[in-house]
Formats: sequence, structure tokens, C-alpha cells
Amino acid sequence: MNNLNFIYPEIFISLSILFLLIIGVFKKKSSDLVFTLSVVILLIALGILIKFPSDKEFFLFSDSYKIDQLSTFMKIVTLISGIFVLISSYKYIKLAKIIDIEYPVLILASILGMLVMISSYDLIVFYVGLELQTLSLYVLAAFDKNQRNSSEAGLKYFVLSALSSGLLLYGCSLIYGFTGSTNFALISENIFSSDYGNIFGIVFILVGLSFKISVVPFHMWAPDVYEGSPTSVTLFFAVVPKVAALTVFIRFLYVPFFSLIEQWQSIIIFLSLASMIFGAISAIGQKNLKRLIAFSSIGHMGYALAALSVGTNSGIQSSIIYLCIYLVMNIGFFCCLFMLKRENIFFYNLEDLAGLSKNHPVISLCLLIILFSLAGIPPTAGFFAKFYIFISVIEESMYFLAIIGLLSTVISAFYYLKIIKIIYFDRPKEQYDKENDLGLKISLALSTLLILLYFIYPDSLINLVSKISII
Amino acid sequence: MDFPILSSLILLPIVGALFILISKSSDTYKFKSSKYVALFVSFVNFFISIYLWYIFDPNSTEFQFVENRLWLQGFVNYKIGIDGISILFIILSTFIAPLCIVSVNRTIKVRLKDFLIAILVMESLMIGVFCSLDLVIFYLFFEGGLIPMFLIIGIWGGSRRVYSAFKFFLFTLLGSVLMLVAIISIYWISGTTDVAELYKLGIEPKYQNLLWLAFFSSFAVKTPMWPVHTWLPDAHVEAPTAGSVLLAAILLKMAGYGFIRFSIGLFPIASENFTLLIYTLSLIAIVYTSFVALMQDDMKKLIAYSSVAHMGYVTLGIFTINQQGLEGSIIQMISHGLVSAALFFCVGILYERRHSRLIKDYGGIVSIMPKYAVLLMIFTLAAIGLPGTSGFIGEFLILMGTFKESFLVATIASLGVVLAAAYMLWLYKRVVFGKLINKDLLKMPDLNKSEIFILTSLALPVLFFGIYPEPLLNTIETSITNLIDTYKYSINVTK
Repeated sequence: MNNLNFIYPEIFISLSILFLLIIGVFKKKSSDLVFTLSVVILLIALGILIKFPSDKEFFLFSDSYKIDQLSTFMKIVTLISGIFVLISSYKYIKLAKIIDIEYPVLILASILGMLVMISSYDLIVFYVGLELQTLSLYVLAAFDKNQRNSSEAGLKYFVLSALSSGLLLYGCSLIYGFTGSTNFALISENIFSSDYGNIFGIVFILVGLSFKISVVPFHMWAPDVYEGSPTSVTLFFAVVPKVAALTVFIRFLYVPFFSLIEQWQSIIIFLSLASMIFGAISAIGQKNLKRLIAFSSIGHMGYALAALSVGTNSGIQSSIIYLCIYLVMNIGFFCCLFMLKRENIFFYNLEDLAGLSKNHPVISLCLLIILFSLAGIPPTAGFFAKFYIFISVIEESMYFLAIIGLLSTVISAFYYLKIIKIIYFDRPKEQYDKENDLGLKISLALSTLLILLYFIYPDSLINLVSKISII
Repeated sequence: MDFPILSSLILLPIVGALFILISKSSDTYKFKSSKYVALFVSFVNFFISIYLWYIFDPNSTEFQFVENRLWLQGFVNYKIGIDGISILFIILSTFIAPLCIVSVNRTIKVRLKDFLIAILVMESLMIGVFCSLDLVIFYLFFEGGLIPMFLIIGIWGGSRRVYSAFKFFLFTLLGSVLMLVAIISIYWISGTTDVAELYKLGIEPKYQNLLWLAFFSSFAVKTPMWPVHTWLPDAHVEAPTAGSVLLAAILLKMAGYGFIRFSIGLFPIASENFTLLIYTLSLIAIVYTSFVALMQDDMKKLIAYSSVAHMGYVTLGIFTINQQGLEGSIIQMISHGLVSAALFFCVGILYERRHSRLIKDYGGIVSIMPKYAVLLMIFTLAAIGLPGTSGFIGEFLILMGTFKESFLVATIASLGVVLAAAYMLWLYKRVVFGKLINKDLLKMPDLNKSEIFILTSLALPVLFFGIYPEPLLNTIETSITNLIDTYKYSINVTK
């Protein structure tokens, strides 16, 4: 039972959730304390995770739970981004008056669900993790009770997500029926393309998963939910669940379904192309920054999927690198959004940024760097993210995908430039508050510096990721 | 090479920009100090590059001052170095940048600090483009230059600046992404992106055509060649003077340099296949845009169109792929860098005083601005290519090289010389001579000290290299010969 060591982070987080709830019940006005504690809990879990050996693989609970480099790395990424999301949104949560003890607890619960998803090696374990994650997210989306938009977002997300979970579950049951097992390793041995049930199952599962990472044509929920949810939750949506969902994508495609790569490859290529193009074009007309970032994240997920479609280890690695850089850029972008406040009112419209550079040169400079990075212009980190993707895509001679992908970066550059134009070229509006709390400043500074200086030592991320190999 | 002299050339302006960024200021006093920092840094850079030219060995066929550091997983190295071709462009960049900084005094009214930072960053990136010896590094610098230029046009530009900045950015980006695909493909085909290695290895002929076209799409937009030149007049007209100068003097040269270094160097067979395409587009550029220039009533637009025509000569000369043609196009690029910079400065000087760029608003200013009239005359004649100016050497060599290849092409190209004389002299006549009708012009002061400094320091090399081009030709000769030898060798091998 020595191996139980390797789920200590999950056990620790689940016990702490209960502990935090008890504090919440017995201590009045404990929301600040619970919030701080939850950050500490995530840090401790991170500390445990970092100590995991990076060169061994373990199976737990009769092969239904796998600890390997992929799961450890993605868990670390999840926790780090979770910590930064919490730190940078603290002030917002206070000002928006949604700082109840349930908020951090729900965040912890959904992170727990993600950790389970990341490690799952069995359809049932995977589904349990997924549901834990999404159920917490429904509540989080609707968390701002005083806002109609927020409740609407929660309901929308719930209805559509439940539907997609249903499809996913149906796919799982088909796979189980035709292969006779729920374990990934056993499925991969018994899955054959001659059984149409398997192919149906794969399609249903892929549809469900695509919904979770919001790629076209299963993206409809994203803009509304991103817009309606409280901004801190939007940040959470845009960042943390993507890690888990992408890991599951990798796991499904490359373990149980890998022998059917010819069946799913064209699906993934379609999803990726559609997301890149659609994300780029539909973001152009957006006036609300949260909606805009939703479309931009659809496009970005398209790029991450492009690398997954090639079926090589380097593809997986570049997809993971892309994801990491995407997370940093998004955290930086939302930090800037959190700073756009005047007398406790936050601003989300594109035109609220007008002439920002005049009154807030530092925020504008950070936004400039982040936006150029999102657009993928060298020498920012965003360029390298795309560069890795296209290296692995072109390695497999998929020139069509590469060219369309790069052309859609030009289209998407247009709307990022539009934001820069509003910040730098337009006439300034009223000033925003100059004071911001330390956590927010640190998150913004860190993410901007990472993006800007990534080119000095680009190997850092590659070295971390290069150990991950699935195939 | 012990001391990383090229890296320090690239880094120095960035360091200066950081200094300016950190110095907190809003008052005019601090503006001055940040200007001094920028001036100091850019002049030091200029002297370093002159020293570099001095210690550069023109008889070596190898790349010199090479620095090679592991960078990206060992497959892309940070490799920089120069040969006879690149050194001239580096000096051109370090020469133009301080002049731009001198000129900001009166042209830039708002956010001077940011402007200086943008110019310095731009200088770093431009030097980087000319010394990178790895395709990926080249791409980084090449594309990175879009960011500061976009901001220069967009923040400090004229009334239609947003449109122009977007057009500039998106056109260039669209051209460049295909080059990125080609660069990555080269990596997978040849296993390296190191230029010197690729010269030795060569690229399989069956891939060359497509790769050449991908590079061409980027360079053609940047050159700019007809029909993708339309971003240039817009960008020039709206950009502030210093921005126009950088754009015309150096940014356009990146593409010419890229043609020589990459298109001919890496894809000799494809270059031969596509010669006709280049000839056609260049001739259209020379003749058509000259006519367009003739009809402009905006001075800046006229010079912008003349730039397109002059760059037409450059591409024509490059793809003759003989000694005269190539040498001519490099000298033409250097000369055009100096002359167009000077002409944009001249227009800027008038614009500052009258806030108009329309030719019809001027006339007869020779009587009120005699010094200006003299200097403008020099540059006008240099733009026409009058013997005695550097413009003549370039055009003459290009035409000579072209005559060797094709009589017809050279004849049509010669028309451009006549047309250039027509639009430039007509411009000069309408602006400088004639009757002084507009009484507002009387208030215009003649050149001040800094303007005289800028224009004379541009006029001296124009005249000097016009009379005595030996130093330029000496520097490039070995590299060009080497390039042509490799080119002929690989053509013969495939035949």
C-alpha cells in the first residue's frame, strides 16, 4: 500500500475541503481566513506533488489510477494556475461581494475533480472526476447571486454541460459494451475499427470532451458563460479546466484509442481548423473583453488540438507547452482586467480601454506585451508556443493544417491589434484606480516577464516537458 | 573572436531603451536627459560599427565575428556573424538611427520617451536582422520589428494613422507567416536552420520552388514589389518623419538583403526558374510606379512611390545574379537608404513649418530657405542618379548587369531613369522655384543647426560614395564573388 503516497495531494485536498467547511460553519466572518487557507492548501499539495519521482510510473486501485510524468506535470500546472487565479482575483472577489466561504471551497473541489481526471486510467474514475469538476463549476458560474447574468450563465452552462456529459457517458457505455472493459489499457487491447460501436463511442466521447475545452462546433456556451460569470470565475474557466480537459484528451487519444488514429485524426483536424478560423473571425466583432477572450481561447484551443492531431510524442509535448504559455498569457490578461476599476466598479468593454496608455503606462505596457504574445508575434512567448506547434505539425508534413493555422493567426492578429489600437492610439478616458493589491501586481508582473523574457532561455519549458511520453 | 562585438551592437540600444524606460519622468527636463541617453547610445553604436568595418577583413569568404550559442534544444542556435554584404547594412542602420533621434526635437510633441524607446528597440532589431545566421533567429528579428514600427506609425502618425498602421502590420505579417512554414520545412528537410550549414548542404531541388515562393511572399511584401506595394505609400504618409526615414532607409532593405542572403543563397535553382517573374514585377514597379509618382500631389507619397521604383531596380539587379547586378543593387540599397532618408527629412522639415505636405502649398521657397534649397538639390539629383552621386553608381551597375542578361529588360528599365528625372525635378521645380505666391511661406525660417547637421551628414556620404565608391565595392566584392560561385556551382551540379 506504499503507493498510496501518490494520491496524498488528492486525499489532502479532500480532507481540507471538509475542514474548511467546518471552519465556515463554526466561525463567523471566516471567509477571509478560508480564502487564505485554501491558497495554503494548494501550496502544500503542490509541495507534495513536486517531490514525486519524475521517472517512474505507478498504477493505483487495480490499474484505474495512473501516476506518470504527464499526470504529475499537469497536476502541478493545475495547482500553480489555481493558486495564481486565487491570488490575483482576491481583491475582485471582495469588491464584487462574493467572498463567501463556499467560493474557495468550490474552487478546491473543482481542482480536486481535475486532479482525479488527470490521473484517471479508467472510464468510471474519469467520469467521477469530471462530474466533481463540472458540478463545482456550475455553482461557481452562478455564484454572483445579485447579477442576473451570472445566474443565466450558470444555468446555460449547466444545461449544455449536462447534455455533453450525457453524450460522453453514452460514448463510454458504447466503448465498454464493445471492448468489455473500462480500463484504458484493456480498452486499447480490445478496440478494433471493425466494430462500428467503437467508432460511435469515440465520436461521442470526443464530442463530450470538445465541449469541455470549448472547441468549434461545441463552443456555443463559452462566450455567454464567460461574459456572465463573475470575472474571477471567468479567469478560472479560461485557465484551469483546460489543463485537465487537455490531459484527458491526450490520454484518451493516445492510450485507449491510439490504434484507431486513422479514425479520429480527421475529426481532430476538423475541430482544430474550425476553432482556429472561427475563433479568429468571430472575435473581431466583439465589444466585451470577456466575450472576446472567450473567442480567443476557442482559437487557442484549436492550436493546441492541431498538435494533438499529428499522433507523435513531440506533438503532445508541443501541445502541452502551448497550453502552459496560454495559461500565463490569460492570467496576465485577466490581471489587467481586474485593474480596470473605478470606485469599485469594474469595466469590461473594449472602449473602456481607450487611451489607457496615457494614464496607466505600466498596465498598458503589460497589456501590449500580453496581446502581442496572444497574437503570436515574436519575440514573445506566444510566438514560441505557435512555433512548437507548427514544428510538430510540419514534421508530419501536414502543410495544409500549418498554412491555414498560420493564416488564421494573421486574422486573429487583427483583433488583438484592435485592442492595442484602442489602448495606445485613442483618446484617453477617465482614470482608473491607481491602487492595486500586491498579489495582483505580482501575478501581472510575473506573467508579463515570463512572456517577454521567454526567448532568453526557451529550453526551460522544453526540458520539463520533454520527459513526457505516452506512446 | 573573444569579445561578442555583434551581440553588444544588438544589445546596446536595448540597454539604452531600458534606461529610458526606468527613468521616471513627465517633465521636459527629464525628456531632455532621456534624449541624451538615446543619442549617446546610438552614436556609440555607430562608432562601434565603424570600428567593426575597420577591423573587418574584406578578403575572407567566411562569415566573420561569428558567435554561436546553444539556444533552442540545440537545433536552433543563436548564431550571428557578418560578411561583406551585411556589414554595410549594419552601418547604414547605426548611421540612420542617431539621425532619427536628432530629428525628434521638433517633430515629436507627445510621449517623446516612448518614441525614443521605440526607435532604439527598432535599431536593435534591425541590426539583428542583418547579422543573424540562423533562419529562426532571422525570423525573430524580422517579425519583431513589426511591433515598434506599428506603434511608431499608430501613436505618432497623421490623421489616417490607424488604417495605415494596421495595413502595414497585417500585410507584412501575412507575407511572413508563409516564410515561417518554409523555415520549419527547411529544418525538417535538411536538419538544420543554420545558414552557413545550409549553404554547404544545399537544399534538394524538388523542394526549392515552393520554398522560394514562400520566402518570396514575405520579401516581396517588405520590398515592396508591385502589386503588394500598396501598404507603403499609406505607411509613409501617415508615419512621423523619423518613422518614414527608418521605414524607407532600413526596413525596406531587409527584404533586399533577404533576397540576396536567402533566396539566391539557399535556393539557386528556384532563383533561376523565377528570374522572369522577378524581372516582370520589377519592370512594372519601375515604370508603373514612376508614372504614379509623377501624378502625386503629396510630397511624401511621391517619395514613397519613388521608393517602390528604386526598389524595383534593386530586385532587378539582384536577380541578374552577376557581379555588376548584385554589387549595383547593394550600392543602390545603401544609396537609396541615404537619399530617401534625406528626402523624408526634407519633407518633414517643410511639414513642421507649414503643416502641409501638398506640393501646391509651396513654391518659390528658394528665396527664403536657400540652404534648404541647396541640400534638397543634392538629394534630388542623387535620387535621379546623376553621375557624381551614389545613386548613379548603383543604377549604372544594375543596368550594366541587366544588359548582360537581357537587352530588352535593360532598355525598359532605363526608362525609369528618365521618369525619375521627370518626377523628381518637377517636384523640385514646383516646391523650390517659381513665384512665391503664398505669403504664409515668408515666415518660414531656414534650416536650424540640427537640421543642417542631419542633412549634411547625409549629403556627405552620398557625394563621397558617388565620386569614390571603392570602399563599398571593396567590402562587398569577395562576398559577392563567393555567392555567385556557389550559385553557379549548384546550377551546374543539377544540370
